Amino acid sequence: MLHTAELTARAPATEGGVRVIDLSAQGLRALNQALHDFKARPSNETLWEVVNTKGAHAIAVGVDAPLDITVRGTTGYYCAGMNKQATIRIDGSAGPGVAENMMSGTVIVEGDASQYAGATGRGGLLVIKGNASSRCGISMKGIDIVVHGSIGHMSAFMAQSGNLVVLGDAGDALGDSLYEARLFVRGSVKSLGADCIEKEMRPEHFEALEDLLRRGLAEGKADPSQFRRYGSARRLYTFHVDNASSY
Amino acid sequence: MCGIVGLFLKDPGLEPRLGEMLADMLVTMTDRGPDSAGIAVYSRPQEGWAKITVQSAGGDFGGLEAALGTALGGTVTVTPKDTHAVIELDRDQVAAAREWLRAERPDLKVMSAGEGIEIYKEVGLPKDVAARFGIAEMAGTHGIGHTRMATESAVTTMGAHPFSTGPDQCLVHNGSLSNHNAVRRTLKRAGKTFETENDTEVAAAFLSHKMEEGAGLGEAMEATLTDLDGFFTFVVGTRNGFGVVRDPIACKPAVMAETDQYVAFGSEYRAMVGLPGIETARVWEPEPATVYFWER
Repeated sequence: MLHTAELTARAPATEGGVRVIDLSAQGLRALNQALHDFKARPSNETLWEVVNTKGAHAIAVGVDAPLDITVRGTTGYYCAGMNKQATIRIDGSAGPGVAENMMSGTVIVEGDASQYAGATGRGGLLVIKGNASSRCGISMKGIDIVVHGSIGHMSAFMAQSGNLVVLGDAGDALGDSLYEARLFVRGSVKSLGADCIEKEMRPEHFEALEDLLRRGLAEGKADPSQFRRYGSARRLYTFHVDNASSY
Repeated sequence: MCGIVGLFLKDPGLEPRLGEMLADMLVTMTDRGPDSAGIAVYSRPQEGWAKITVQSAGGDFGGLEAALGTALGGTVTVTPKDTHAVIELDRDQVAAAREWLRAERPDLKVMSAGEGIEIYKEVGLPKDVAARFGIAEMAGTHGIGHTRMATESAVTTMGAHPFSTGPDQCLVHNGSLSNHNAVRRTLKRAGKTFETENDTEVAAAFLSHKMEEGAGLGEAMEATLTDLDGFFTFVVGTRNGFGVVRDPIACKPAVMAETDQYVAFGSEYRAMVGLPGIETARVWEPEPATVYFWER
């Protein structure tokens, strides 16, 4: 494993203003350390590219700077986790926990995403151009997630706030034990989870959805009028003793 | 955790490289299970012959070939590989050989028996286990590997996966079962015997029992969804088949890739990055509570 100094020495590899890091050659810790160091020593070198990912874990985790990072290839667990400010584009598919606990910034997955994409995210925008598997947006707390394909079972479980937009279908138990996150699904929903119900689309929802589709790079792919909205019936999390038997 | 890898070849041209590809996949999954590792390799059966793979803690197979050959009155060859040895014999003498082993060589543990299967498993890092048994040099039609991070029973050779509880059958598991004691009792009453306290051995025996009762591989795997409780991603091998099933919650990871040349399974995508044509393979996650199987 190389230290940051060695990395800088060996890899000024800037091609057309893009700093290219070969993950197989230079290693994960060197990559992430260099990304973290940017915060203390900012420069105008804000375009980064990571190549030879080979499904590695924890690529570009904990970035806290306005960088534009393109990850070429498929990633393993937790790519772009805890992201703040950066735009991180995965030119491939993402493993479990992509953009987990994101704070701000944008993460774009060109392919599919594995389970618990955007889990516990507090802010920012996650765009998945393919499908997302189970538990997408589980316990989301303010993140916006736009999935161009379909999502798997138990998505938005205990989701607290933020928006989940799905252009395709949703699997079983959507929004189980939901708090105040808003869910918009264009296709079918296999089943709704406990305390999740369909709600009326009011003008403010069409407006919000239009903005989400635009920011989620899905403008022209879908129209807000095609979506249904799901949210919390608010019978579960504000505990009512009368409902005890249904808990 | 635990790591699973599997490879089912469609292209016979890749068969000489099965062991090499599978060993690479197995070693990539080391950090999911550094306690022990095991691998089942299926090769093309030789007409009329069968194989029994046995394990001896001390690797002591001296005199086995002669003694077993005399007892059976037929041709027997024994090929030792580190702590394991492959006994090749007449297909009709497998039952007699196993009875003789039980009586005369109780120090030897039977890892697998069948026409195509060989199982090698030991405690230690996957790269060491693969090297000790020369897995990379093996040819075959399909194979399954497992790296174990133990949760339900001790880290021992017999607690490592794959588990084989029927002829040419094997099963590996990522997860943990919660009703394995109850299922084990039911299977014992039906005549099944168990070598360990391990939950996965129960799943393997459950499938073997279903298939003995006449179920096909797919049907037997369907039954795990109703009768086994807990977390599981199972990968199963038979003489001519390869199957995958995940429990309805499906939190144990699974990725599959298919090309014209093979079907591959990995706990993670990175296990498959070395396979030929992976860049253009169809890659997907098996759905929860859905049985997938391929047979030739």
